Amino acid sequence: MTQIHVTATVNGDPVEFLCDPRETLLDVLRDRLGLTGTKEGCGTGDCGACSVTLGGRVVCSCLVLGAEADGAEIGTVEGMADSETLHPLQRKFIEHAALQCGICTPGILVAAKNLLERTPNPTETEVRYWLAGNLCRCTGYDKIVQAVMDAAEEMREIP
Amino acid sequence: MALDDTRITGFKVVGTRPDRPDGLDKVTGRAKYGADATAPGMLFGAIVRSPHAHARILGIDTSRAEAMHEVKAVVTRADFAPGLTGENLNVLENVMAGEKALYDGHAVAAVAATTALAARDAARLVEVEYEILPHVTDVDAAMEEGAPVIRADAADGSVPEGMHPNVVRYHESGHGNVDEGFAEADLVIEEHFTTEATHQGYIEPHACLATLGADGKGDLWCSTQGHWIAQKTCAALLGLEQSALRVTASEIGGGFGGKTTVFIEPVALALSRKTSRPVKIVMSRSEVFRATGPTSSTSMDVRIGMKKDGTITAGQGVFRLQGGAFPGAPMEFTAMCAFAPYNLKHVHQVGYDVICNRPKQAAYRAPGSPMAAFAVESVIDELCNRLGLDPIEVRLKNGSKEGTKASFGPTWDRIGLIETLEAARDHPHYSAPLNEGEGRGVSCGFWFNHAGETSVTLALSEDGTVQLMVGTPDIGGSRASMAIMAAEELGVPYDRVRVTVADTASLGYNDVSHGSRVTYASGLATIQAARDTIRKLCGRAAAKWGIDPEAVEWRDGCAVPSGPNAGEFDPMPIADIAARMGRTGGPIVGHYEVTPEGAGVSFATHIVDAAVDRETGATEVSRYTVVQDAGKAIHPSYVEGQYQGGAAQGIGWALNEEYVYGDDGRLQNPGFLDYRIPVASDLPMIDTVIVEVPNPGHPYGVRGVGETSICPPLAAIANAVSNAAGVRMRDLPMRPARVLEALQDRTGE
Ligand code: FES
Ligand code: FES
Repeated sequence: MTQIHVTATVNGDPVEFLCDPRETLLDVLRDRLGLTGTKEGCGTGDCGACSVTLGGRVVCSCLVLGAEADGAEIGTVEGMADSETLHPLQRKFIEHAALQCGICTPGILVAAKNLLERTPNPTETEVRYWLAGNLCRCTGYDKIVQAVMDAAEEMREIP
Repeated sequence: MALDDTRITGFKVVGTRPDRPDGLDKVTGRAKYGADATAPGMLFGAIVRSPHAHARILGIDTSRAEAMHEVKAVVTRADFAPGLTGENLNVLENVMAGEKALYDGHAVAAVAATTALAARDAARLVEVEYEILPHVTDVDAAMEEGAPVIRADAADGSVPEGMHPNVVRYHESGHGNVDEGFAEADLVIEEHFTTEATHQGYIEPHACLATLGADGKGDLWCSTQGHWIAQKTCAALLGLEQSALRVTASEIGGGFGGKTTVFIEPVALALSRKTSRPVKIVMSRSEVFRATGPTSSTSMDVRIGMKKDGTITAGQGVFRLQGGAFPGAPMEFTAMCAFAPYNLKHVHQVGYDVICNRPKQAAYRAPGSPMAAFAVESVIDELCNRLGLDPIEVRLKNGSKEGTKASFGPTWDRIGLIETLEAARDHPHYSAPLNEGEGRGVSCGFWFNHAGETSVTLALSEDGTVQLMVGTPDIGGSRASMAIMAAEELGVPYDRVRVTVADTASLGYNDVSHGSRVTYASGLATIQAARDTIRKLCGRAAAKWGIDPEAVEWRDGCAVPSGPNAGEFDPMPIADIAARMGRTGGPIVGHYEVTPEGAGVSFATHIVDAAVDRETGATEVSRYTVVQDAGKAIHPSYVEGQYQGGAAQGIGWALNEEYVYGDDGRLQNPGFLDYRIPVASDLPMIDTVIVEVPNPGHPYGVRGVGETSICPPLAAIANAVSNAAGVRMRDLPMRPARVLEALQDRTGE
């Protein structure tokens, strides 16, 4: 099948790739660009492990075609830390033991970062509903919610 | 130095909450899970699965698939080792069907192609001719006369005569005379309960990358809870020598018991052998649901007698579990756990392992126990309600303790059930007033915990830092606990210990990360490997000082002379000894190999408040408290995490999750949309209380904590919902329609 040529920006870097018309953005990120931090838990938009930002909005990359990403700005977990400095959310997730197996973590971090960019002072309920599309089977979400709230507080103090 | 049995108190590192060593990798996306590996020249595998619940395979035509130029190989059952017996045969039969497809989703063939898309296309071109056979998916129906026979000779000698061939194993245990006990009771309640099959629901689907050459030597990378069992099983299924296959465990994205066996790994190896190229297989979510092990569904009858003062006079249970098309439903665990929390004079339990046309069940967190607790603890709650007794006081009155005889035989060692009940009773949650429409439920739960073969190596680096190699995949922060225990013993800072999960070629055999055994058994071996290292360190210091090794002690990371004749020397730090080790006798390495005894059982008590919406039947869990005995919490955050995670899975099991089969025997809901696990907005914060009643079988008192946390929730939530709704809920899940129906039955609407 003829491959499609796509150019996009991933975590600020220009990228170029060929992809099959049926390949998803998730497939492209993982298999063509080597960015395996974004995970596949279901491939049907139900788990959020594949969450990335596309033009500033959180999307399930398994529901976006690679070809659709042409010209888009994409953000993944690999772009969260500023070189050596972790994003406060990343630090707080480690500190609060908000991951057990860690497979849900990249998607949750991407989604939570997007939440805090929009809502710097979320309530517990807002955090829970914002993350309702990101499944975690290990933690019961308790420590995840606490880590997000704590990161939000720290980010408000040090703008 | 008699270090072997030393029990430390006054911990320095144990009980603290340092950052986990693999945290950075896991928050940056760097950690490599099963599907994250690639190899040059790699092919992609895809599996052809039966759409029928029960069918004879008449023929497989692979010609159209093979005609695709991207396709490099197709394998069927003929590509695996012949002549297997016992569990190896069962696993092979499950991994690749032989004469019959036994459930919807059963693998019948597999292809390898140059791209994942081509592999999937090719799988659709494999033509299988089936003769459809009658099927059965319900446990009670499968036991009935006239039910389709799934596998003729699957039953073992334990099954009483006259039972349907689908009953493949039987268990009976207990003591006393239950009839006598029931005669002493003021009230006897007998109820029938059912639970549906649920899936472990790990977010990472099974994934592997296999390389196997014509010389019979291979490498396997896979997401597994136990790479030695994967090595052993794959070697058997492929007809290889065990040591010829090196298995590396990837980071693992959840398992909960479901990754303690193999599914795609032998298939990838077979495809690799046929193509001489690396083959990667990653399951889709629907494959995970249809073809990997969910837990058993159950049908249970429980009868309990109680006196007016709350004394339980007798308990009796019959537990029927289906485990899919293969023997192995954990009915003996259900039976043994059922009355374990209680000190009963008269108790009797029976279990049936029943096969039907569903995927082979796999272990799921305390396999068999949560269902038992659901039935027993519901009846106890009903007895308390009718006799007007406090549910915690009744449990305290009848609770098992050190020296009492367990319902399944042994006499209890030091156990912590009573302590969890007392802590629950004294917790503010238990005395907090309920809101309108809410009910409160309490339940206890029990799990045995497991020890298993364990092997650990600890090597010193020249700069005095420590490399610890364990063989138990880190499924939820165990590297942190291992580093803590090594640091505690050696007297070095926590972050000087680097923990690696070694591959099968680098360490002796290690049992699977299951049975809540990792912190207990790998922890025990880590402590002993550190003590072995310390003996060697002290020996080097003694040689240097020219004194007897017995006169050297290890204190705060240094060798120090001790005893009246040791002489006066400055403490010798670990780094100094390490720097000179090449010249003083060679590398310093400690190790320990063991199958420990004394895993130390664990009990928990949970309290739940739940509100039931009378119009929709929907349940909201409004408050949840877990109280559990950890023996000793090495890293309390990860202990709490296990408590919370188990409770959350229990909430899903109690309220939403179930395998739904159609009349055609096909699974109706193989995806997270229709098989709904709890999401963040479904749950409250989950409060935890860590009780520490030391396990005499571990140097620090550790008991495993991973599994017990899922034992009480089904019953605790059912009790809360029943109390809120004013009607006893005996069937799980308590989905809204079911609760609504129960409410309507009660009010006669
Ligand atoms: S993989 Fe995209 S939502 Fe699950
Ligand atoms: S930490 Fe395992 S799924 Fe979230």
